[in-house]
Amino acid sequence: MACELWTENLDAYFDGELPADEARAFTEHLRQCATCAAEGLRRVQQKRAVQAVGQRFTPNPAFRASIQKSIAAPRQSPWRWRWLPVFLSATAATLLIASAFLLNLQHDRRSEQQLLSELVDQHVATLASANPVDVVSSDRHTVKPWFQGKIPFTFNVPELQDSPFVLVGGRVAYVSQSPGAELIFRVRQHQMSVFIFQERGLREARENEAVRTALSFQVRTWRHNGLRYFVIGDASAQDLDKLSELIKAAG
Amino acid sequence: MPLFERLYNFAHWLTQDREEAEDLVQETYAKALKGFSSFQPGTNFRAWIYQILRNTFLTSRTGLKSTATVPLDLGGDDETVPAANDTPESILLQRSDQQLVQEALGRLPVPYREVLLLCEFEEMSYQEISTTLAVPVGTVMSRLSRARRALRDTVQELRGNKGT
Repeated sequence: MACELWTENLDAYFDGELPADEARAFTEHLRQCATCAAEGLRRVQQKRAVQAVGQRFTPNPAFRASIQKSIAAPRQSPWRWRWLPVFLSATAATLLIASAFLLNLQHDRRSEQQLLSELVDQHVATLASANPVDVVSSDRHTVKPWFQGKIPFTFNVPELQDSPFVLVGGRVAYVSQSPGAELIFRVRQHQMSVFIFQERGLREARENEAVRTALSFQVRTWRHNGLRYFVIGDASAQDLDKLSELIKAAG
Repeated sequence: MPLFERLYNFAHWLTQDREEAEDLVQETYAKALKGFSSFQPGTNFRAWIYQILRNTFLTSRTGLKSTATVPLDLGGDDETVPAANDTPESILLQRSDQQLVQEALGRLPVPYREVLLLCEFEEMSYQEISTTLAVPVGTVMSRLSRARRALRDTVQELRGNKGT
């Protein structure tokens, strides 16, 4: 029976693991085949049931506190103690300069982390929103002009043909009171946000190019032509790299 | 939900015991901290830390016991499940079975339980699961398929015992 071939792929389909063209063909088949549709429904129900019962155990607050303590303690001390004698033997001036520099560095790092958290929050808010995008289009020639007059710069939307990514749309995003663009892309069931801001609006991001994780989201960031790009999502590292390359190629 | 709570939840599902789960999470964080230099930025942090947790579990006493008794991926019963008996009504009835599902999940052998949780609850991709469990993607798919069937059978078995 022809359905056997489809049944084999049912799991992959509902797990969002089929390539886009096969998934489309599968959706079409499900519309016509009651047997596969019923089996699919059953599997989705089971999937949901496991999802629902999966969250069952919560850690004790005391346990959480003890873990937090055990992580926080060793992180700071070895570095500082190793360098302490050096600083002590140095002149007061050097000490002042060094500590000022250190403070600044830490401050930079902290504010960069804050910036990333803020962007991750915006990404999550976009995912959760009922109207995630203000311009709904998979056509880059529609999305790019939409931003005209809304943000004080322009950028290129990458060519996505022959790639697994789909452009969902875009919206205006704000960070540190400066407006920028947020583009939403989809790959399989994952959504990724690409934020583009003017660099002078963002004092926090100092590095040229970086790979980060923030709150277990993957983050890629780089600068180009006075603009700062951030790619954020929960897709795999390879997917983020691939999308980043496409955007860089678009210039 | 933050990663810490998810890790704890996963650990508790694996060990089925609060104290052991706490030990497991503690050791995982200790190892992650010590081995942080071995983490390659740009690779998947979540898969990395789950991998540590799982490896730690496998070498624990409960972990050794749990895997020693389970034949892994022996296969043999790979026929596809006929879908003939399901109707929308029967599916609706199954929706009220959350408790059964929870109990059944706890009864599954660890390799099945963990792959189901990683896929359905943690919503990891096959690739991420493959990294976490250190097995090829093909194995992830076949193990998932068996685990789903085993869960379904166990739920049905429990329903039989509790029902008529």
